[in-house]
Amino acid sequence: MNKVIAASAIGRKFGNTRALENVSFDISESEIFGFIGPDGAGKTTLFRIITTLLLPDEGKMTIMGLDCRTGYRQLRKNIGYMPGRFSLYPDLSVEENLNFYATVFGTTVKENYDLIYDIYSHIEPFKKRLAGKLSGGMKQKLALSCALIHKPGLLVLDEPTTGVDAVSRSEFWVMLKKLRQHNITIVVSTPYMDEAMKCDRVALIQRGRLLSINQPEKIREEFGRKLFSVTAPEKFKLINALRSFPGIRTAYPFGDSVHVTFKEDEFDDSIYKHLDRMGVINARITETKAGIEDSFLELMQKE
Amino acid sequence: MAKQTVSETGSTGVPLTSNTVITVRNLVKKFGNFIANDNLNFEVFRGEIFGFLGANGAGKTTALRILSGLSSPTSGKVMVAGYDAKKEPEQIKKNIGYMCQKFSLYNDLTVRENIMLYGGIYGMSKKLILERTAKLLERLQFEEYGGRLIADLPLGLKQKLAFSVAVMHEPKIVFLDEPTGGVDPITRRQFWEMIYETAARGITVFVTTHYMDEAEYCDRISIMNEGRIVALDTPANLKKQYNADSVEEVFIKIARPSPADPGMLQKNPKGNN
Amino acid sequence: MKRFIGFVKKEFLHIFRDFRTLIILFGIPTVQILIFGFVVSMDLKDANVAFLDLSNDEITRRISDKICSSGFFRRTDNLRDYKDVDRVMKKGDTRAVIIFGDNFGRDLARSGRATMSIIADGSEPNTATLITNYATAIITDFNRELDRTARIGNILVQPEVRMFYNPGLKGHFMFVPGVITLILILICALMTSITITREKEFGTMEVLLVSPLKPSQIILGKVMPYFLLSFINVILILLLSWLVFGLPVRGSIALLLAESMLYILMSLSLGILISTISKTMQQAIFISLVGLMLPTILLSGFIFPIENMPGIYDVVSSVLPPRYFILIIKNIMIKGAGFSDVWRETLIIALMTAVFIGLSIRNFKVRLQ
Repeated sequence: MNKVIAASAIGRKFGNTRALENVSFDISESEIFGFIGPDGAGKTTLFRIITTLLLPDEGKMTIMGLDCRTGYRQLRKNIGYMPGRFSLYPDLSVEENLNFYATVFGTTVKENYDLIYDIYSHIEPFKKRLAGKLSGGMKQKLALSCALIHKPGLLVLDEPTTGVDAVSRSEFWVMLKKLRQHNITIVVSTPYMDEAMKCDRVALIQRGRLLSINQPEKIREEFGRKLFSVTAPEKFKLINALRSFPGIRTAYPFGDSVHVTFKEDEFDDSIYKHLDRMGVINARITETKAGIEDSFLELMQKE
Repeated sequence: MAKQTVSETGSTGVPLTSNTVITVRNLVKKFGNFIANDNLNFEVFRGEIFGFLGANGAGKTTALRILSGLSSPTSGKVMVAGYDAKKEPEQIKKNIGYMCQKFSLYNDLTVRENIMLYGGIYGMSKKLILERTAKLLERLQFEEYGGRLIADLPLGLKQKLAFSVAVMHEPKIVFLDEPTGGVDPITRRQFWEMIYETAARGITVFVTTHYMDEAEYCDRISIMNEGRIVALDTPANLKKQYNADSVEEVFIKIARPSPADPGMLQKNPKGNN
Repeated sequence: MKRFIGFVKKEFLHIFRDFRTLIILFGIPTVQILIFGFVVSMDLKDANVAFLDLSNDEITRRISDKICSSGFFRRTDNLRDYKDVDRVMKKGDTRAVIIFGDNFGRDLARSGRATMSIIADGSEPNTATLITNYATAIITDFNRELDRTARIGNILVQPEVRMFYNPGLKGHFMFVPGVITLILILICALMTSITITREKEFGTMEVLLVSPLKPSQIILGKVMPYFLLSFINVILILLLSWLVFGLPVRGSIALLLAESMLYILMSLSLGILISTISKTMQQAIFISLVGLMLPTILLSGFIFPIENMPGIYDVVSSVLPPRYFILIIKNIMIKGAGFSDVWRETLIIALMTAVFIGLSIRNFKVRLQ
């Protein structure tokens, strides 16, 4: 398999802050590779290194066979980049934005229309509208069209779904999947843990370091423990009661339930009695499968 | 409008049918011919964590401004913390707290200066401010950070502090705007535990967000679309009703693309996926 | 090349789509020239004058009546004391005070000579000049009348003109060179620095950097439209000042335009330099206004003559390009100077341009910091 990006031991500092530390990964052709992590984890810094906007202090990265330090001129012709804020000109219309980016990359909208058709057709009815007047979801689609217009080999999307409504988010992932048939490799970052499942492989990133790289399903399996979901109407009381139970290893609120693991990794049914004694009523416990977020929490704990 | 099914108990365990802190009856807000809020009806109870969801432009912000006394309804009755939003907005402002993700603390002031400032704004006595500041810093294990500038704090700490400051004057209701968007999973959980604790003290927590996973943590959620409330229930009930695994799925099933986006309507009649 | 043209086209779209940019580009120069032009060529009508008549005899009354019946002046006040002069002037609506000393009529009758004073408000030099000229003319006329009626020779009322607040009345023909100098540096430096920092703020600069566009293409593409528009502006200002104010260009117009181009280039490179050191539009605007506009107005000789500047200001002023451009343009327009008279100033501006371009290229990064 062809490596589109090969990074080994990448490090980058800003003053005294370490933004990235010993980051290594490989990304294969036509893969959708996700970097999942909270704000400030180093995703944007990493993406700026991939797009040749920043140089790493340490380590080596080759992108499409070229070195990220020396090959930047060549690379910049073949990378499509969508930064965290959608890089559109609000005072230009949808059409003008697209045409502008096409010219800048030395191509025309016509030439690669088939590539962007699936995305651009959603917003084409509004092509005379100023980009500043579009909704978040439409801006996102236009920005993606602009990033794709020169048929790049590598598409780098920095938090493309942040600040976009749920409907547009789910549409967006469908579009990305479709791009695979054009042999475009996609690197994407997101703070939404649930979006990890839509990637072929993900890297969990936290404080500038990669916690794990794997297929999303495998990352869930990496959790490696029995996980139980506990619900009760009085959540605050429930959490405190769970934590005071000696056999409990971890107890974290998780949506409308609390996810717990046991020290012995086996369900200890004396917990019911304990909860009862602590005044927690109507507690229900069921075994559940770990999600990406559970694995992320577990990996953060180990750090 | 979805039928209101009120869960019998909230995080406090207090029966929720008593003790309403927000009552909204037939709320309409118009801007010229544009109807931003179209006949809203709901109640929020003491100690409840209430999620207020909707896409951008659904009318969330307009409703929120009315509830926090910043704007007056065109018609309908809105009671917040016992005061009428039309007649006594100033009283409402004294009895609520507010925290939003983007702006809440001054970056160029220290932690302690920020706390003192907010205490002063809410008219607390100097003695009370000092007392609560000390307590607040202690509870957050923040004593060593007291003299640091806000700008130098990590995001997670900033948000926890912002929340503590927003409830420092013991308001009846605290409004939170996307409180945990973008924070790491551990901090996020610590944050929700703070919210649970606050609710358990009897303070109502009103969360507006478009992060659907934040909605999962709420006692009840309402979903707005095109100025109307189209669903209002506990997350569990909504998931059951719409046969969905997550609130996100519920949301996608409910929120159709707006008529301003006919292209999307034709392309993906069901929102796809 | 196609890329570059596409880029320039986009810049023009930004400019023509933004109403405010257009106003700054063309509205402000037009309005400035028109205001200055009209103020200068305005006819005097009903100017408010106060009288301090300490003599109060037949002659002084006749002179006052003649002045007030001329249609140019209107009597607002009869003062009693010298102390009142400053008071009414400070109130602002009285443009001048006409003073007759004690025994004016007696002096005139006895010696054939008497002196009166006209004190005008020099804070508005153009009006003040008009007032004193008109008043003097009326009095000269009166002298002639006296001559005729009294049939005595050498009777003379001598008006003594004094200016309050701005005794030199310097620089009142200076406004066209001054406005051109100010407008060009403002438009070129402010606008280019705004348009570049705006791309940084929108995040579009990131994408432009990750495109095959070279930094030189980005910079040239940004500068080109403003170069053209500023040049049109120069022509517009010159035309307006000639049409409205009748100000001729005595020297070579070609030389004037060539010098303007050099100055535009200098201002543009200064704008780029500002944009490379500012991260936000706000910062760029601040630097341009405080760092460029204020010194240009205050220290370049536009308003306050350089000869009167104390040492330190003179030093500061000497590093300001506008100072030299004002000299060049004034010499060409008003004195009809040729290149041999302005080559030194031209060389200084050319050197400054080279320095600014050099610094900008060094500061403009192909990567983010």
